[in-house]
Amino acid sequence: MKPDADYQAFLQAGRFMIQRGQASGRHHFYPRAIEPGTGHIDLEWVPASGLGTVYSTTVVRAKPPAVSYNVALVDLAEGPRMMSRVEGVAPEDVRVGMVVRARITHDEGNGGNAFVVFDPV
Amino acid sequence: MKPRAIVAGIGQSAVGRRLNRPALELTLEATLAALADAGLEAKDIDGVACWPGYTPHMPSFSPVSITDVKEALRLKLNWYTAGGEASQMSAIINACMAVISGQARHVLCFRTMTESSAMAQGTRSSLVGGGAQRVNGSLSWLAPFDAPSASNWIALAASRYMHDFGLKREQLGQIAVNARRNAGLNPRAIYRDPISMDDYLAARMISTPLCLFDCDVPIDGSTAVIISARETAKDLKGTPILIESICGPLYGRDSWDQMEDHTRFAAEDAGQRLWSMTDLKPKDVDVAALYDGFSFLSLLWLEGLGFCGRGEAGAFVEGGHRIALDGELPLATGGGQLSAGRLHGMGHFCEAVTQLRGQGGERQVPGDPRVAVVSNGGGPIASAALLVRE
Repeated sequence: MKPDADYQAFLQAGRFMIQRGQASGRHHFYPRAIEPGTGHIDLEWVPASGLGTVYSTTVVRAKPPAVSYNVALVDLAEGPRMMSRVEGVAPEDVRVGMVVRARITHDEGNGGNAFVVFDPV
Repeated sequence: MKPRAIVAGIGQSAVGRRLNRPALELTLEATLAALADAGLEAKDIDGVACWPGYTPHMPSFSPVSITDVKEALRLKLNWYTAGGEASQMSAIINACMAVISGQARHVLCFRTMTESSAMAQGTRSSLVGGGAQRVNGSLSWLAPFDAPSASNWIALAASRYMHDFGLKREQLGQIAVNARRNAGLNPRAIYRDPISMDDYLAARMISTPLCLFDCDVPIDGSTAVIISARETAKDLKGTPILIESICGPLYGRDSWDQMEDHTRFAAEDAGQRLWSMTDLKPKDVDVAALYDGFSFLSLLWLEGLGFCGRGEAGAFVEGGHRIALDGELPLATGGGQLSAGRLHGMGHFCEAVTQLRGQGGERQVPGDPRVAVVSNGGGPIASAALLVRE
C-alpha cells in the first residue's frame, strides 16, 4: 500500500482518483493506508466527479514582481475537503460557495509532480 | 482541598529582533530571573518540562534541550520531560501533574525561540520545509499550493468566518490596535508606537483577510516559569499564583485543513474542558491573556472560552472599549504576541501572572485583578489555564 504514490500515478495518467472505504461507503482525502474514523483497511480507489464547492479562499500577497495567488479549501462533491487553488479567475474574485471543477496540472519546478487545481464552472 | 500546583516564579530574557545571542544564554537568563523571582536556587529545581523540546529539524523553533539547561546549571532532576506531540501548554500541564503526584517539587518550564535571527539568515522555522530537508505527512498536501505558513491556514479560517458571521476588518483590527496600545506601556514590548484603525486598514495584506498587523512578531527570546507544589508556597519569595484549572484536549481532527468547521476550532474544546474543572465562570475572569499568534485567533478564543456566543466576537470587541486595560475584559495587556513578540504562549502565561500580582506597572489592570485566563494555540491545537491569586 503506497497511497501517495498511487494517487500521483493516477494523476500522471490523467485521472483524479480518491479513496473510499468499502464498508463505510465514505470518501476521504488525503490518501491513506487506513480509513480515518474507522481504522478500516478496505479502501478502494474511485474516480472523483471533479465537482466541488469553495469552502474558503485567501489571496496570498506576493512582493512584486512575483504575482499574488489564490489558495482555497474545496469541498468535493463526494464529501472530502482538499487544499487547492482556483484558477481561471482573478484570485480576489474567488468566492466562498463558488462551484468549481477539478483540473489536473503539472508543476515543472516540483519534480514534474501532478496536482489538482479548480476552475469556476 | 483538591491537590493543586502553583506558579512560584516567572522570568524572561531579553526579547528582541535579531539579538544574535546564543539560545542557551537567553534560556539561562530567563531561568535565573525566574529563580530569583521565586526566591529559589538552581539546587531547588528537581524537575524540568519543556514543549516542544529541542527541534533539530527546525532549530530556531526550539533551540535548547533539557540536557543543555541541566548541564549548564548542574541540576539534579528527579523528573523531566519534553516532546512536541502534545498541546502547546503541555510543559506547564506536565509540571502541575509532576508536583501534585510527587515526582518533583519545583519544576522549571522554559520556551526559547530564535526565530528572528533565523529569519535574517533565511532559515525560519515557521514555514513548512523552512528548516527541513523534506516535507512529509499531512503538510505535504499543502505545500504544492504555496500555502506554507500558518498565516495562510488561519487566513482560510478567517475568510470563512467573515463569510458566515459578517465579521468586519474594523472589528478584527481592534485586537491589533488594542495590543499595540498596551505595548506602549510595556517597556519590554517590541513595537511600542501606537497604531490607529486607519493604519491597520491601510497595512499591507499578507494573506487576505489578514494584514501585517494581524500577524505576530518573530523574536529571539526565552520565558521561564517555575511550577511548584502548593505546600511550598510559604518558602517562596513572590506571591504564588494558584493554577485553578488547566487543560489541553484534542477532540477534533488533528489537521489544519481537515477540521469539520474551521470557524469553530479547538478553542471551543479547551473552553469546555477548562470550565468543567472549576466552579469559576467566565464572568469571574478579570484578565484574559488570549493567544494571538494571529489576531483572528483571539476572536475564536473569546467565543471558545464562553465570553461571547458563536459568531459574536466581532461585536464583542467592536470599538475596543470592552477589551482595553480599563474595560470589562482586558486583552493582551502586555502587547501580546502581536506587539510584544512571539514567545509562543509562555509570554501570555507570564503576563497573566504579572497582572495577578499587581506588577504590571503602567499597564497594570485596575481593580486588583484576581482571576486570569490564559490560552495557547490555534487551529487543531488548544490549551488553556485559569490562574487565581488566593
